[in-house]
Amino acid sequence: MSAASPRTTPYLLTAPGVLFFVALLGFPMVMTFVLSLHSYDFNTGIQSDWTLANYADVLGDSYFHKIFGRTFGLGLLVTLICVLIGVPEAYVLSRLSSGWRSVFLLVVLGPLLISVVVRTLGWALFFGGNGILTMTAQALGFGDEPVSLMFTFAGMTIALVHVLVPFMVISVWASLQKIDPQSEDAGLSLGASKFTVLRRITLPQAMPGILSGSIIVFALTASAFATPAIIGGRRMKVVATAAYDEYLSTLNWPLGATIAVLLLLANIVIILSFNKVIEQRYAKVFE
Amino acid sequence: MVSFLKFESLKKEFGNFVAVSDMSLGVERGEFISLLGPSGCGKTTTLQMVAGLLTPTSGRIMLDGKDITNTAPNKRGLGIVFQSYALFPHMTATENVAFGLEMRGVGKADRLARANAALEQVRLAQFAERYPKDMSGGQRQRVALARALVIEPPVLLLDEPLSNLDAKLREEMRIELRLLQQDIGVTTILVTHDQEEALSMSDRIVVMQRGEVSQIAAPLDLYERPTNTFVSDFVGKTNLLSGHVSAPNKVSVNGTAIDVDTASAGVGSQVTLSVRPEKLRLSDDATSQEVRIDAAIFLGSSWLYRVTGEMGELFITQPNTGSAGYSNGDIAHLSWPAGSITLFEDAVS
Ligand SMILES: Nc1ncnc2c1ncn2[C@@H]1O[C@H](COP(=O)(O)OP(=O)(O)OP(=O)(O)O)[C@@H](O)[C@H]1O
Ligand SMILES: [Mg+2]
Repeated sequence: MSAASPRTTPYLLTAPGVLFFVALLGFPMVMTFVLSLHSYDFNTGIQSDWTLANYADVLGDSYFHKIFGRTFGLGLLVTLICVLIGVPEAYVLSRLSSGWRSVFLLVVLGPLLISVVVRTLGWALFFGGNGILTMTAQALGFGDEPVSLMFTFAGMTIALVHVLVPFMVISVWASLQKIDPQSEDAGLSLGASKFTVLRRITLPQAMPGILSGSIIVFALTASAFATPAIIGGRRMKVVATAAYDEYLSTLNWPLGATIAVLLLLANIVIILSFNKVIEQRYAKVFE
Repeated sequence: MVSFLKFESLKKEFGNFVAVSDMSLGVERGEFISLLGPSGCGKTTTLQMVAGLLTPTSGRIMLDGKDITNTAPNKRGLGIVFQSYALFPHMTATENVAFGLEMRGVGKADRLARANAALEQVRLAQFAERYPKDMSGGQRQRVALARALVIEPPVLLLDEPLSNLDAKLREEMRIELRLLQQDIGVTTILVTHDQEEALSMSDRIVVMQRGEVSQIAAPLDLYERPTNTFVSDFVGKTNLLSGHVSAPNKVSVNGTAIDVDTASAGVGSQVTLSVRPEKLRLSDDATSQEVRIDAAIFLGSSWLYRVTGEMGELFITQPNTGSAGYSNGDIAHLSWPAGSITLFEDAVS
């Protein structure tokens, strides 16, 4: 066996993974980017010129501003709700005896075992004009009008929260696991009430988990496709569904590619800056 | 006189398992008490009951005349140093120490001043703004101590506070902790499985075995006059010899008659003799019994010998006087001053 120098060994070892990513992720992304630099003609299709006109189109069009605004608003709202639901859920989970914990962990993770499409179609049945929601509302005497959350922002939010809460729970739970339970006892012994211990001792230590969970949930929401496509439909477009429509309805692939690239860039910028804030805030404190 | 802190028949069961059974103890104001025992004997459990983090199955805890058995831990106001220190990782040393004062409603300027004074007391003033992760084990331990002391607790509870430190630091901290405790005069309960630590720091030691109190005594008494074989073996090193009483004040070990006060043990009864390695003497005086050196180990300040003679195998330590000791295979003569041998009527446990 030839002795590889210690410097090259890591590269050799990661080479298969790198090749895999380059072939399956990097290459299509470069292709998408290249595509976004071509112009499109309705009669002759994709041109072979080089132009930034697509970017100017998207960035200058209030129609797209609205879609981008809606997408990131949705991302923020879903993240916020996931924090509000997921953090207490993870806390309760971490307090359960190990037997109950595995049962409830399965319940929490259950949604991840079902295909997104199936799950979302379930929500569609629930939300629809003659769905369970309407029937329940009518049975409770809230009038005869059908209550539909289909094609609404609220409907999308609910369905996405349902899909994404497990990611928040897992992430927060992992950081709760790392907390020394004696630090809570120490808080109590120093005279803090149980609630103060939760607020001042436990939550701050779970903060890295909450923040990384937020990043995951935000990124997944901003790039979500299936749920907005089914629940939001044409009326409530988000960036991912808008790109899809450019590709498949308008057949304007370069414009679709441009939207996709801009979504990726916006996501990267937001997540990197968020991450930077976290690191600055917490690197001093936690290893 | 009523003790300052009192355990009355304290008992703790986990399911069917009895972790602490029928523990009674009175601690005087300002006293330093150690709970000493092997792993799993119920020391932490006892301490946690005092702290209020565990509820006793039965029994009472009285502090300064008040029953605190069912008082919530955050209402007891005791200072606790946990085995893992349990510092708040998201707070600096000062913030950690000031936390207890903040909970007592002490104003910001005042509590920062007091926290910094407490850090100074444990010689950590220059580390006030550090986070726990940037401190060494010994420094963290001292922050934990300052945090427990700054609230001026009536009782200080220490759960193996020195066990994570290296040997040298541990010895330094023993002295430092003891001096600090005497300085402040705080009543202290220390949990430890290290007999040297207990002997060197305490006013009295409570030796525990499988959830029960085995003996309560001052360090010297405990060492010199253990009341059972468990204590004599656990506290310090000892040679345990099985034998039977052959005549009044004579015990036969492997056929060798040994003079020892047999007290109440009747002729013919089985007994255990305990003799400390440092009480035995090796010499060239041919009138006493002969032993062969099996192993000679140099320990710096002393020699440790393993010898075989008529009584069986024995460990002996001799002070290092600067000259070469015995070597393997040498023949020496064994003697001991009268009163060095303790007799127990229980068998070796
Ligand atoms: N929550 C619990 N449930 C069941 N058994 C427990 C629990 N806590 C402690 N025990 C048992 O009680 C016994 C005493 O435990 P404890 O922690 O008091 O030991 P210790 O003397 O502090 O030992 P160490 O020196 O190892 O810390 C042990 O056998 C332990 O297994
Ligand atoms: Mg313990």
